[in-house]
Amino acid sequence: MTQGIDRREFLKLAGVGGAVFVSGLSGCAGMYGGKEDDFYFVQLSDTHWGFKGPALNPDADGTLQKAVAAVNALSFEPDFIVFTGDLTHTTDDPAERRRRLTQFREIVGGLKNKNVRFMPGEHDASLDAGQAFKEFFGPTYYSFDHKGVHFVAVDNVSDPQARIGDEQLAWLKADLAKQDKNARIVVFTHRPLFDLYPQWDWATRDGAQAIDLLMPYNNVTVFYGHIHQENHHMTGHIAHHSAKSLIFALPAPGSLPKRVPVAWDPAQPYKGLGFRGVETETPLEIKEFPVVKA
Amino acid sequence: MSLNPRRRLLLASGLAAVAGAFGLRAFAQDKVIRITAKKFEFAPSDIELRKGEPVVLEFTSADVVMGFSLPDFKLRTDIVPGGFTRLSFTPDRIGVFGFACDHFCGDFHEDMTGTIRVVG
Repeated sequence: MTQGIDRREFLKLAGVGGAVFVSGLSGCAGMYGGKEDDFYFVQLSDTHWGFKGPALNPDADGTLQKAVAAVNALSFEPDFIVFTGDLTHTTDDPAERRRRLTQFREIVGGLKNKNVRFMPGEHDASLDAGQAFKEFFGPTYYSFDHKGVHFVAVDNVSDPQARIGDEQLAWLKADLAKQDKNARIVVFTHRPLFDLYPQWDWATRDGAQAIDLLMPYNNVTVFYGHIHQENHHMTGHIAHHSAKSLIFALPAPGSLPKRVPVAWDPAQPYKGLGFRGVETETPLEIKEFPVVKA
Repeated sequence: MSLNPRRRLLLASGLAAVAGAFGLRAFAQDKVIRITAKKFEFAPSDIELRKGEPVVLEFTSADVVMGFSLPDFKLRTDIVPGGFTRLSFTPDRIGVFGFACDHFCGDFHEDMTGTIRVVG
């Protein structure tokens, strides 16, 4: 372990957050060796900076700052932090979009850990093909390696029709081709790559092509956002985990006739909002944290 | 062949128009449901159809490019301002089926949903 906390201690954190979810192929534990390289990262998603809606979140101007404080207060030090899209709430005004991105960047600049990765959501990128996002945070899709894990960020939002697109799929294929079939691969994306509930636009039009490219690899886990709640799903041996939002919660897929956001509960403020820590020992351990401790 | 999104959209719209032109004789016998998409709603948004009765769904947009997706019947089309796109459709089962705009169109895009109720 590299960060002054072992797995048992990480699991004990369940006392201050949500349940621990185990992901991946438990049968592959030990397959990759190098336990000393295990580390933690934190996923935050769907902060929707600029959203106004007191019935859904009367603290829309303060929840992101509370999340930053909560991450800074974690008892373990993540190696990096990733935001999986919808950093800002959409606007038709390009100047306002950039104002919101500026404010968002200033607020998350308060994170103690400066190794932060960003991805766009459709609210950030679908109305201008990701132009403003790129001005602030660089490419909308990319990959990087960290301590033996290959991370891939897939953009399924810069096309307003929720396509990854042929060009990016070709890039993904070439990127994955450099990996061993037993490599540890973690994918970050915004929308679900599979058809979670397309009746609510919870899908990626050509996501099946990305899954087909990932399928030959034995140890793949996908973390995404978009649906403002936890959801855990398997496509074959590939695990997909959606994250909570940091602005308002949404109902379970197909549980209501309409996709109506969950109203703010004054008796349980910030209920349904949160972020997660992921410990990369095989199998992955996922730990959910609230914005504000109960 | 790789197409950028704009070219793909134009091609899809063109194909839909061609399909509509060649299908006119068949369409003429079918019930036509006209649906207008605009920020941020479909009108009508709740549509009742009869099982086994062929219909034509005819779409237009009052403002920006939209999409119509009816996943349970694997139907979708782009909806382009200034034109019409048509889907020929015969519901083969009874139930209530959701549809949505699948082209992100702005702040309340997520509200652009509706239902098709198929009765016996």
